[in-house]
Amino acid sequence: MADASLVDQRMTRVQRHLHLDGQLLTALALLSGVGLAILYSASNQDMAELQRQLIRLGLAFAAMVAIAQVPPETLQRWTPWVFLAGLVMLVLVLLVGTYGKGAQRWLGFGPVRFQPAELMKLAIPMMVAWYLSRRPLPPSFSQVLVALFMTATPTALIILQPDLGTAVLVTAAGLFVVFLAGLRWRVLIGALLAIVAAIPVFWMFLMHEYQKQRVLTLFDPERDPLGAGYHIIQSTIAIGSGGVYGKGWLNGTQSQLQFLPERNTDFIFAVFSEEFGLVGVVQLLVLYLFIICRGLYIACQAQDNFSRLLAGSLALTFFVYVFVNVGMVSGLIPVVGLPLPLISYGGTSMVTLMAAFGILMSVHTHRRMWSS
Amino acid sequence: MGESRTTAQDLVTWRYALLLLVLALLCLVLLARAVDLQILHKDFLQLQGDARHLRTMAIPTHRGMIKDRTGQPLAISSPVESLWAHPANLLDSGADLGELADLLGVDREALMQRLDDRRDREFMYLRRQASPAVAEQAMALGLPGVAVQREYRRFYPSGEIVGHLLGFTDIDDRGLEGMEYAYESWLRGTPGSKRVLRDRLGRTIADVEQLREPRPGRDLQLSIDRRLQFLAYRELKSAVQNNSARGGSLVLLDTRSGEVLAMVNQPAFNPNNRRQLSGNAHRNRAVVDAWEPGSTIKPFTVAAALEAGIADADTILNTHPGSMRVGRHTITDVRDFGKIDLTTLISKSSNIGAAKLALELPDETLWNLLAGLGFGRTTGSGYPGESAGALAAQAPRSSVERATLSFGYGLSATPLQLAQAYAAIASGGELKPVSFVSVDEPVKGTRVMRRETADALMAMMEAAVEPGGTATRAAVDGYRLAGKTGTVRKSMAGGYSSDHYVAWFAGVGPVSDPRLAMVIMLDEPGGQAYYGGQIAAPVFGQVMAGAMRLMNIPPDARPDEPPPSLTAMRGEEP
Repeated sequence: MADASLVDQRMTRVQRHLHLDGQLLTALALLSGVGLAILYSASNQDMAELQRQLIRLGLAFAAMVAIAQVPPETLQRWTPWVFLAGLVMLVLVLLVGTYGKGAQRWLGFGPVRFQPAELMKLAIPMMVAWYLSRRPLPPSFSQVLVALFMTATPTALIILQPDLGTAVLVTAAGLFVVFLAGLRWRVLIGALLAIVAAIPVFWMFLMHEYQKQRVLTLFDPERDPLGAGYHIIQSTIAIGSGGVYGKGWLNGTQSQLQFLPERNTDFIFAVFSEEFGLVGVVQLLVLYLFIICRGLYIACQAQDNFSRLLAGSLALTFFVYVFVNVGMVSGLIPVVGLPLPLISYGGTSMVTLMAAFGILMSVHTHRRMWSS
Repeated sequence: MGESRTTAQDLVTWRYALLLLVLALLCLVLLARAVDLQILHKDFLQLQGDARHLRTMAIPTHRGMIKDRTGQPLAISSPVESLWAHPANLLDSGADLGELADLLGVDREALMQRLDDRRDREFMYLRRQASPAVAEQAMALGLPGVAVQREYRRFYPSGEIVGHLLGFTDIDDRGLEGMEYAYESWLRGTPGSKRVLRDRLGRTIADVEQLREPRPGRDLQLSIDRRLQFLAYRELKSAVQNNSARGGSLVLLDTRSGEVLAMVNQPAFNPNNRRQLSGNAHRNRAVVDAWEPGSTIKPFTVAAALEAGIADADTILNTHPGSMRVGRHTITDVRDFGKIDLTTLISKSSNIGAAKLALELPDETLWNLLAGLGFGRTTGSGYPGESAGALAAQAPRSSVERATLSFGYGLSATPLQLAQAYAAIASGGELKPVSFVSVDEPVKGTRVMRRETADALMAMMEAAVEPGGTATRAAVDGYRLAGKTGTVRKSMAGGYSSDHYVAWFAGVGPVSDPRLAMVIMLDEPGGQAYYGGQIAAPVFGQVMAGAMRLMNIPPDARPDEPPPSLTAMRGEEP
């Protein structure tokens, strides 16, 4: 017993030394493993694709470890500059960015392509947390307005690209910080009402036609079964036909026979559900939930407001990621192009995501001893 | 500072509690949706999934083989590949169709246009029954939405030799004519079915289960002997060519069983080449067309007289001066035969003799005999579109009609009907049903005349083949044969033609133990010779000689006849 606790302490010491959180790391590694397995199936056993994903995961974990070494105080100092640099690049994207898939999202630096919006996933919550944590909490109404403005400006630039999925995420990240900083009930309820009131305006004037189609499709996928509704119909079939126990790894007919579109990227959850069934879905959701709860726990344990607000926001944003993707694939919310974190095939977002976990680990492992 | 911290801490804490609650609720929503889809709607969604990737496909199977009586194949189905495409998938793939178009031998633009016209369909044939090489090359192009389908194509190894009899099948291998049509349900296989897994592009990935075993069609054994068929084909074709005839038919029957051993027509057609099908060439005239049989009917006139007891071997008829008035018509012989007996009537083919017998008979006697022999109704062979010929619905009353009927005008018959009637004489007066498929002997027949009458007719018809008769060219060394010629003016608009003829020969053999009956018909011979005895009788002799040799029928010629052949000598050994 004593030995065990000794090992435990030594482990904790090692973790502290490396500035890593063992539980979070284990869960993330487990998730990545599941991701690789399901990607192998979704890509029709394409080893080359698997290798590329493995390299990305390596880079993302490296980014996480690197960020984790940076103390929160240093992050806090960098925050305004990071935010500013992000804003400048967002403007640059609109001016000189490269097109891809009908949107202008990329900035090219020689051979390296970069999505500034990804940086904003971190920069916005950092900036809002930086701003609010320098003043007494809860924030005043005018401070909340400033925080909202800080969120809205880059969001607007991202919507212009357009990149709805990322816009949703960065908005959520900013709002979570404001919420965690302590919003008054009146303001909260008022804001909710304002949002509800704004929906028709949003619908009439701000939404693209394709976005309206996606919403309408959600309520009745059969109205355009070969067009907009195709994704949703195929994915609900895939999920549902998995049943309780699933069809087994590599045996999902919807995915293996290529009926399911985007099966290795945004719709990979449908592949997972078809092959592993309800049992697999519950386990996967539990794994995600564990990561989110660990993030919130880290936020609670944080010793300063900046760290706490930032950590809480990042953990909640991760939840939004999961909820939006799973909700979209299972036909609960309109199709928004968001990957399933750590499982979908894809690059930049994974690095950002792991950088966020790096921040969480940094927050947790740079605590002063007197606090615990 | 400390105070504000505590407040902030508290605030953050209850907010976290609220947050966790919301998180839990949202997770429950996701879970509920999963349960909704994966448990409550599982069956429906699985069905939907199956509907997308499970397809029931036919397992094609081949048609039964048609064989001759010795088991030689006459019609066989061989596997071929048909190329088809899913138009939208092929077009949308953006693949270059140039190579495919070249393989199919079509214009690239035309192919794309054809595909585009059928964009809303899921299936379009690119090429049916392609050669395996073309199919393989096309599949090697790896175009999405292109697939092959196994089909069977009918091949007829004997080509036009058995064309009329067999008929042919359509592109879907369904019988359209002849035996192929008549025995469609017997020959046709029942395709099986299987469930297969198909991907979004319609490619078959795997077989899931076999639902129904394919049942190939059953083989059909015909009564035809391919060797006799070939012999008959060759002889008839050369006779038609040599005499510039419009056409011709030949039927060879087994007199014991009623089986058709050979049946050929000219002009012929090749059932392997469906592109050359033209209306006339594929008529099996021996069964579907009827002509006036002319003098070949005379043996039955004599039979009627013998049966009625108004004449016997000693009866002498005066045919002088070679013409006779009946009502307002004049009946003539080719020359004045003078006083003749019944044998001479047959061997010289006297119209006047036949007419005199008929006029002495009661009205219905000859008509009854002819009706009993099957004239005027189909033989029941089952050949599609078989003609019944024509025989007056009741016995003719007028003397002209009775007289002309006696030498074969005023009725019509198919070569098959005539052969069946002659086979009845050969089998001692028993009419046996004809058949295109092998039958087991002995076949029960219907007696249509007394044995003595039939035997007497055999003797008289043998005289026609002997020197002095009309059919000496039908003779075959070593065998006793019996037959009757016929030369008929064709009935045309406004009466009978004076220069369009149908030449007939009908006969049986060998006389001592008849086995074969044969009818030859040549339509509108265009040369100098047009008498049945001149142009049809030689065909009979040639085919009979070959047929009896092939069937190992021992020669039965009398010793005083020309020296028997080697086979004949062997045949006579005890």
